[in-house]
Amino acid sequence: MRGYLGDLGHLCVIISFIFSILATFSFGKATVSVDIIQQNSWLRFARIIFFTHALAVFGVVAALFTIISQHYYEYHYAWSHSSNNLPAEYMISCFWEGQEGSFLVWIFWNVLLGLVLIKVNKTWEAPVMTIFCLVQLFLCSMILGVVIPGLDFKIGSSPFILLKDYMGDIPVYQANPDFIPEDGTGLNPLLQNYWMVIHPPTLFLGFSATLVPFAYCMAGLWQGRFKEWIRPAFPWALFAASTLGTGILMGGYWAYETLNFGGYWNWDPVENAVYVPWLILVAAIHTMLIFKNSNKSLQASVILITAQFILILYSTFLTRSGILGESSVHSFTDLGLSGQLLVFLLALLAMSIALIIVRWKNLQGEGNEEVSVYSREFWIFIGVVVFCLAAFQVLYTTSIPVYNKLLGALGIESNIAPPADQIEHYTKFQIWAGILIALISAIGQFFWWKKMDSKKLWEELSIPVILTLLISSAVICLTMMNKIEITPAYILLFTTALFSVISNATIFLRIVKNNYKIAGGAIAHIGVALMLLGILFSSGYSKIISLNTTGLIYSKEAGNDFNRDNILLWRNEWKQMNDYRLKYIGPRLEAKDFPGYIKKDHLLPLEDPYKALAKRTIEYDGKRYFDKGDTIEVYPENTYYEVLIAKENGDTFTLYPRAQVNPSMGLLASPGIEHFYNKDLYAHVSSIPSPDEEKEWSPTEEYTIKPGDTVFINDYVTILNEVERIHHIPGMPLDKEDAAVMAHFHVLDVEKTHSIHPVYLIKMKEGLAGQIPDINEDLGIKISFLNIDPVKEEFTFAVNTTQKDYIILKAIEKPFINILWIGTLVLVTGLLLAMIRRYQEFAKMRDKNTE
Amino acid sequence: MKKTHIIGLIVIAICIGVIVSTSGDTSAYVTFKEADEMAAKGNKSKVHVVGKVKKDANGQLTEFYYKPEIDPNYFVFKLIDQNNQEEEVVYLNPKPQDFERAEQIVVIGSTQDQIFKADKILMKCPSKYEEKELKAN
Repeated sequence: MRGYLGDLGHLCVIISFIFSILATFSFGKATVSVDIIQQNSWLRFARIIFFTHALAVFGVVAALFTIISQHYYEYHYAWSHSSNNLPAEYMISCFWEGQEGSFLVWIFWNVLLGLVLIKVNKTWEAPVMTIFCLVQLFLCSMILGVVIPGLDFKIGSSPFILLKDYMGDIPVYQANPDFIPEDGTGLNPLLQNYWMVIHPPTLFLGFSATLVPFAYCMAGLWQGRFKEWIRPAFPWALFAASTLGTGILMGGYWAYETLNFGGYWNWDPVENAVYVPWLILVAAIHTMLIFKNSNKSLQASVILITAQFILILYSTFLTRSGILGESSVHSFTDLGLSGQLLVFLLALLAMSIALIIVRWKNLQGEGNEEVSVYSREFWIFIGVVVFCLAAFQVLYTTSIPVYNKLLGALGIESNIAPPADQIEHYTKFQIWAGILIALISAIGQFFWWKKMDSKKLWEELSIPVILTLLISSAVICLTMMNKIEITPAYILLFTTALFSVISNATIFLRIVKNNYKIAGGAIAHIGVALMLLGILFSSGYSKIISLNTTGLIYSKEAGNDFNRDNILLWRNEWKQMNDYRLKYIGPRLEAKDFPGYIKKDHLLPLEDPYKALAKRTIEYDGKRYFDKGDTIEVYPENTYYEVLIAKENGDTFTLYPRAQVNPSMGLLASPGIEHFYNKDLYAHVSSIPSPDEEKEWSPTEEYTIKPGDTVFINDYVTILNEVERIHHIPGMPLDKEDAAVMAHFHVLDVEKTHSIHPVYLIKMKEGLAGQIPDINEDLGIKISFLNIDPVKEEFTFAVNTTQKDYIILKAIEKPFINILWIGTLVLVTGLLLAMIRRYQEFAKMRDKNTE
Repeated sequence: MKKTHIIGLIVIAICIGVIVSTSGDTSAYVTFKEADEMAAKGNKSKVHVVGKVKKDANGQLTEFYYKPEIDPNYFVFKLIDQNNQEEEVVYLNPKPQDFERAEQIVVIGSTQDQIFKADKILMKCPSKYEEKELKAN
């Protein structure tokens, strides 16, 4: 099985590709056939083709998953994305870590959604599935991995390529053609996070979902059902907005927990690339809503639904073509697919633009009456305009690397770089979009009834307005009284977002009594407003609390305009940091079947980095987990730095910021986060003493002492308690004749007593004497057992000291960040409620045969 | 004039505003020479300089200063730009871990008093993008 599994998988890829062409063709035939009998037979045929395609895709997925999870390292994909020690749950992450796998996830979701589309549609099935399969065809070609004979042109990159074929004629294979590596190179440790197991699949489900409204729209234009496509496409657009939105926010939460730029959103090109289509999709949902209520905005809906899908393809192109280069933290390597992706993008763009131009006249609404300022449609449309402008701004700046490439292709050298401070650049525009969206979502909701005039509007609005102004001015006064900086934009954002929460809550309470099903809009708007508030508090008022006040002042270049954001914590020394006192306690490791963290000092590393010996009994919460000398399976990638934090009132808590020393990516620090109801305390290690660097030890000092004697080492009172004979040394077999003695030193520190246990060893057979020095990292003291004088009962020890261990830490307070996460959940709930309602509308009409 | 026209005009105006404002915000890839010239003219905008960190024959970092026990937020090193011009760069943050390993780096900042003050350092570790090596054991 193992030998031909890759061929089997590749065969399935080819079948899925060919059958997606056939499916496009036969669904197309079913669409254009006039004769009803012919149409039905084509349709039945097309379905069988699509089911076969689906089976082939499942086959591809199963084959690739088997290769990864069974560690078949003769395959390049398994070798470069997986490894023997990888926990099972991350096999899913390995699956999509490579480009081919992530295309496969996308294709897989498309298959599932395609099956749903076949199930729920009647008259729409054939044309929608034609467009759908056309896109699927392009996606399948990305993993095809077939060289066109004669042209030397390769289409797609197959995930089933053998390592041998990938590597070419390297010495290893010349010596042994059947060579299979014993271990893979593993999953990028940053991706070994539970959010990374579900974030990409969710995001790709969103990608797939954006295709559905696009397919309906194109099918509608093609078939001359210019208005009818809106109804079936509507629930899908809402579904796409909620999955894509959830996917984006999951990515943000992962970044917050795993990366160390200090937040959940960095305006990285990859983030922007999915944020833009999401904005356009939300705008499209609103124009579709306008159309449902007043038959207007059909053209806008067509354009926006097309644009959101094309932008999804554009984002795929940006992230996978290598064009972003160094301007992004997570871009894929260029697999040579960029040309193919560009063809894909341009082909679909040309096709949809052509279709829209041909049908443009049919899309004009009836009647050209002016829209009233007091109509709901007017305000929704203004909101749509704001969404589009916000999207345009992000798109324009994110595409800067593309301009350089384009100009370069025309022979003009261009050296434009993205803004030096991206966060400031984007924020200064997007904050105004946020303010306007909050305001419009508050006012727009009151035009529930079509007839509204200024008097009536005021009656409706007065209570929310007064309530908002009262709360907002109270909060602003409090802020100012506490001498916290506040800008006009912040005041506006706070007030409008609060207004939006209050007025949408008013609406919600009014309508939920009658029909909870139509409350989706109000709920979604409350969610957005809460998110805006959460972003305002957590980002606008995120406070660096690790300000360093002890550093030297380098006046010549520094000036006073910068913050010393990082503090150095010596091991076991308290340090004051704003309202907190901190102490770095020491490095920790995680182990299999152990709930907490194990002190690194209690572990003796073995040759296999995934195993260690326990130097002493290891307990957690009073329960014994490992005995002295036990072999423990550890996870060596992550080192956790235990930092004890004491608040002013004496409460203490512990943070475990972590760092990964990774051979291919260097040191990667991830934060430790303590959640409070009103804020998060977020801290990450910025620097540690280099683990490769040899420690510099002080010159040796020798002491010849008896048990009970006291010496001073590094100003610590150090007592030699006793010397005893031992029979076991962790990690070293002892023969019966061998003699080993261990000295017990007690070092008195301010808060606790440390023990140091050097060992003296005599191997009888070999006639050798040896020492096993013991190092206390907390104190930076090493003691070696040099000699025993049996006559005088004296012992000689060598003592060296070194610089104490330290970490450099950056800590940030993020107030009210929970409001952002709550807002996200509320938004998604609202979108899903709306989706259910719109789907029921569609199903009802379908069952009446008036699709 | 119809309301839609007014809205259209406002939209166009905002788009132009965004484009103009963005061109003011964008930075540029320059050499130290150009960065110094900009500073001499009093132009304080931030630029990107691409270069290699100065290392000795053994690939170790040389002529740098970083003493975390005195000030963890002060790191100075020499950068050689693409015209082989060498300049001192001050980075008021901890020294990035594995800085030695970076092949090529991009510093974002501006020249101030003959010294390049970097706000941000983008590193490209060689193995991050290059293919992993296959070892035979």
